[in-house]
Amino acid sequence: MTSFIRRQSWVSGLFALLVVLFILTRIIQPGYGSGDFGSLARAALPYAFAVAAQTVVVIAGGIDLSVASLMALTSVIAASMMNSASEEYALFVVPFVLAVGFLVGALNGLLIVVTRVPDIVVTLATLFILQGAALMVLEAPGGAAAEWLKASIVGTVAIPGIPESVTAWIPKALVVLLVCLGLVWIPLKRSALGLSIYAIGSSELAAFRSGVSVARTRIAAYAIGGLFGAMGGLSLTMSTGIGAPIPGPYLLASVAAVVLGGVTLGGGKGGLVGPIVAVFILRLMRTDLTLLAIDPNVTSIVEGTVMVAVVMLGAFLAMRERRP
Amino acid sequence: MSSVTSPTPQVSLGRRVKRFMSDQPLVPLIILLIALVIVLQILRPGIVNERWLANTVKFSIPLALLAGSQTMTMLTGGIDLSVSTVATMAAFIMASQAAAHGAPVAVLLALLPALLIGIANGIGAGVFRVHPLIMTLGTSLIGAGCLQVYQRTVIATGTRIPDLFTWLGTGVTWGIPNALALFIPVAALILFIQKRTGFGRLLYALGDNEKAARLSGAHYWQVILALYVFSSLLAGVAGLLYVGLIRAPSSLSLAEPLLLPSVAAAVVGGTSIFGGRGGYTGTIVGALILTVLTTLLTILQMPEGARRVLFGAIILLVTAVYLRITEDR
Repeated sequence: MTSFIRRQSWVSGLFALLVVLFILTRIIQPGYGSGDFGSLARAALPYAFAVAAQTVVVIAGGIDLSVASLMALTSVIAASMMNSASEEYALFVVPFVLAVGFLVGALNGLLIVVTRVPDIVVTLATLFILQGAALMVLEAPGGAAAEWLKASIVGTVAIPGIPESVTAWIPKALVVLLVCLGLVWIPLKRSALGLSIYAIGSSELAAFRSGVSVARTRIAAYAIGGLFGAMGGLSLTMSTGIGAPIPGPYLLASVAAVVLGGVTLGGGKGGLVGPIVAVFILRLMRTDLTLLAIDPNVTSIVEGTVMVAVVMLGAFLAMRERRP
Repeated sequence: MSSVTSPTPQVSLGRRVKRFMSDQPLVPLIILLIALVIVLQILRPGIVNERWLANTVKFSIPLALLAGSQTMTMLTGGIDLSVSTVATMAAFIMASQAAAHGAPVAVLLALLPALLIGIANGIGAGVFRVHPLIMTLGTSLIGAGCLQVYQRTVIATGTRIPDLFTWLGTGVTWGIPNALALFIPVAALILFIQKRTGFGRLLYALGDNEKAARLSGAHYWQVILALYVFSSLLAGVAGLLYVGLIRAPSSLSLAEPLLLPSVAAAVVGGTSIFGGRGGYTGTIVGALILTVLTTLLTILQMPEGARRVLFGAIILLVTAVYLRITEDR
């Protein structure tokens, strides 16, 4: 029970931090409005999916170094399939790419289970493999995306009966993000599989002795991670209109946001809300530093320092808890 | 295990070979290395000569030094992902300061950030008990940012690599790469620390069973702090050597491509990423294997994509097979 309250307190602390950052942004740039919020949501989209992918795997007690490469691969597959194809064809491309992500994730899990090589090494190897596969699909950035897909994350959602001044603050990108994550995460968390994922992350031996199929659960966790990764890849193609075979900075960012979001490396604790809020905090911080006209390189110093300070604080609090 | 109990001394050949290999984990690695060289020779007859050998050794050494950092930290169950940033920082600072202050001062200045990052890593991982993966990722992010800011300020002075490092990096004396003059003492030091000092035993002990080691009186944070400082300084030295070899002093991502291979070299060399098992000799062979493998994949004239796929697949395969051989005691 106390851990439940503590977890909620961490997430609500993050929300408070996000609100403070928003107020700060308004002070720095009084003109910061709904349009800027929309572009923030759009920029955060691939990060959020990468973080979601990492979160599921970390909760199950693993780590996925290949997430950025998987996003690159799924992005180029989507972009090259939609290149000079009809708009309707994209209806087939989206589920296909999601299935690819799911299968690649499952393969990661399968390799870990079968070879008994540590997960960090297996996903390091698949990082190279997926990166290479992405280069084989598309050697240079290119391809295209269907118009309706691109439009689905631009602009705002109009809800009849609610004034436009309110709906202007509901960008489509945010809705897409919440719907995609919710459709997978909420049923998962309520199912037996979700419980098993937390169980194997918390204590593999205890889970095994309680009758949880550890191998199958691990594969499932990586597969769901792969599914989120594929969503991330699709969102890259949707926001840029092309596919790029070189992975972006999503691996580092995903691990940072997972830790900042209150999910302990080692597994068994945390949820998806914290890491997603953490993504927005990190993105908004970057916006603020840009608005303050600070050298973008200093921005990465600040980001790194914040990340290190936060994890140190978290570790310090956990240590005090253990030693009363 | 169970078959040994049978009274007959007749143990099947396969089992004997397997047991021999698990007792001597270096043997399968060296066999793999030789096999790779033979494949190379078959694919491109005549390539394996004195010059090729010198080149392979030259390119393996920076990788082996960085993998040394990984081996040392992995023994305690950690990892050091800041090595590539530290190496790049050391190389860039040395090259930019050498023009104004001369080589000795430049080298000292270059190792300063390595020392600082090492101390930060050690305090984070040892005192605050942050997961080393996160801690070193964070410090490497900070380091990379600092380096870019620093680059803005020194853009006018220009860069120069002192002759010593060019000599060390690329020079060959009587067919033997000069880099060995640096590498052999360093490798001997690492092996000495691992095998002959109390500090080395503490590394294995902490990686094997942290609780038991602490109860036996090991001061966790002191050991970890010393370990990460050593690891970082080693990475700094690797960077100084690497810039002499590559001769691209103004590159801000100089050693970045070596980060993941350095982890791979340690893993292929038989060091357990969970700690407590492994050693530097295996890592050196691992670095050689990866370098020969890269040459092999280059010679096959495959597209870049296929090469990376094969590289990843082979790392996974080698690690899996190697685990099977050595684990079964």
